[in-house]
Amino acid sequence: MAAANRAGDKTQNEVGAEPAVFDNESFVFRAQVFDANDLRRALTRMAHEIIERNHGADNLVLLGLYTRGVAIAHRLAVAIAFFDAREVPVGALDVAFFRDDISLRPVSPLGTTEIPVDISDRTVVLVDDVLYTGRTVRSALDALTEIGRPRAVQLVVLVDRGHREIPIRADSVGKNLPTKRTEDVRVRLTEIDGGSDSIELWGPVDGDEA
Amino acid sequence: MKNLLSISDLDQAGIIEVCDLTDSFLTVTHRDIPKVPALRGKTVASVFYEDSTRTRLSFETAAKRLSADVMTMNMSSSSVQKGESLRDTVQTIEAMGVDAIVIRHRHAGAPNQVATWVDLSVINAGDGRHEHPTQALLDVYTARRHLGDDLSGARIAIVGDIRRSRVARSTAKAFAQMGAKVTLVAPPTMLPDSLAGWPVTATSDFDEILSDVDLVYLLRIQHERQDSMAFPSLREYVSRYGLTNDRATRLGPEVLIMHPGPMNRGVEISPEVAESDASIITEQVENGVAVRMAVLYLLLGSGAPVA
Repeated sequence: MAAANRAGDKTQNEVGAEPAVFDNESFVFRAQVFDANDLRRALTRMAHEIIERNHGADNLVLLGLYTRGVAIAHRLAVAIAFFDAREVPVGALDVAFFRDDISLRPVSPLGTTEIPVDISDRTVVLVDDVLYTGRTVRSALDALTEIGRPRAVQLVVLVDRGHREIPIRADSVGKNLPTKRTEDVRVRLTEIDGGSDSIELWGPVDGDEA
Repeated sequence: MKNLLSISDLDQAGIIEVCDLTDSFLTVTHRDIPKVPALRGKTVASVFYEDSTRTRLSFETAAKRLSADVMTMNMSSSSVQKGESLRDTVQTIEAMGVDAIVIRHRHAGAPNQVATWVDLSVINAGDGRHEHPTQALLDVYTARRHLGDDLSGARIAIVGDIRRSRVARSTAKAFAQMGAKVTLVAPPTMLPDSLAGWPVTATSDFDEILSDVDLVYLLRIQHERQDSMAFPSLREYVSRYGLTNDRATRLGPEVLIMHPGPMNRGVEISPEVAESDASIITEQVENGVAVRMAVLYLLLGSGAPVA
């Protein structure tokens, strides 16, 4: 019931086959990966890459994955509108009911799926903050097939931290960040977390095991 | 949470959690393919010892939209006709590897009893005059969609045969749990003997409170259960407690009308009022599927604790 239990708060607990439990007390700050300026520059580049890859921004729809993917999708849409003078529709996708670990652990929706346009014959750009095991993206692909048949699906993530458990790859990445499984990547976005934008690497107190 | 036997199994936070989850499932039910794989591999048995169309269909639709398998027990062709006991029936169902039983029974407390016999999830789909918790949840959900999420202080009148109504019992409790001011309206013969344990007030004068409500919840007059006459004639009931066109005009313009169905048009509600803009009765049915998806998901899928 508590918000802390909710699945998919992916900076905390995108977990694969073996659910990891992160509690803040046993985790310590390791390093700042991005500050607000780094994050802005990365998003700018990603917006350009989306436009370049699609020869413009016609017929695109950005679908953010809850929670922070939605905020990032909105920011990318603003940047795309600035560079390509196109309004790209932005939606939000909740993948809770499509996850493969339902009944292994508490899985609750993080928001309500909102699809702004008919996605058939459009290119859907899935947007998320952290790409880790790939299981969230797999769930998102399943969720999409229930909604329509896009012409193509692309994936854009702010951080790729490795450790894929499913053959999934991003088309545009803000930052490739090699991590250990025991570590935690925390993305903070002003509109969700308050404060200033940042990406931080946190690790267990006991240091460098595994 | 394992079972849903009574609306009292949920506190206010629990009801709100069901409502939040229902929001997500309602968007699912509006899609071209209104189905998610959340309960793939689970089996839900619907075991109805009493007639029902909407509740049974609603639960079965909900389970199917969650990709669960559904077993329906048809009483007229089952071993119940050979005298099989309730205990043997549910234990047989359990032995087949079912994950949840949705049960309706004419005796109050039957679902609670079943829950002590089997290890799977038991959902009460109506037991005698006792409870109908999923009806209460869909009523609260539907009311919140119109009156706002905060129901504290909302004035709700429940009108009809309160004494024999499991819907009244569960729905009144649920609205009260959400902070609403609930008034039961019925002739004295249809009110409970005592209001002890009911978080409500009661009156036998419908006209007196017409100008003082935000929502009128009408109960079905149950001809089939009117063994002893609780009122002299249907006509007398209509004249004093029916939501007639005349009474409807004396309600405020924003007042909502709900009914758990099936309606007796011309008895507790006039046909015109049932079709009016104030009536959100069909929406109750629509929301019922999403609410039951939320309940099934909470009990079988998420493993999440409910406050």
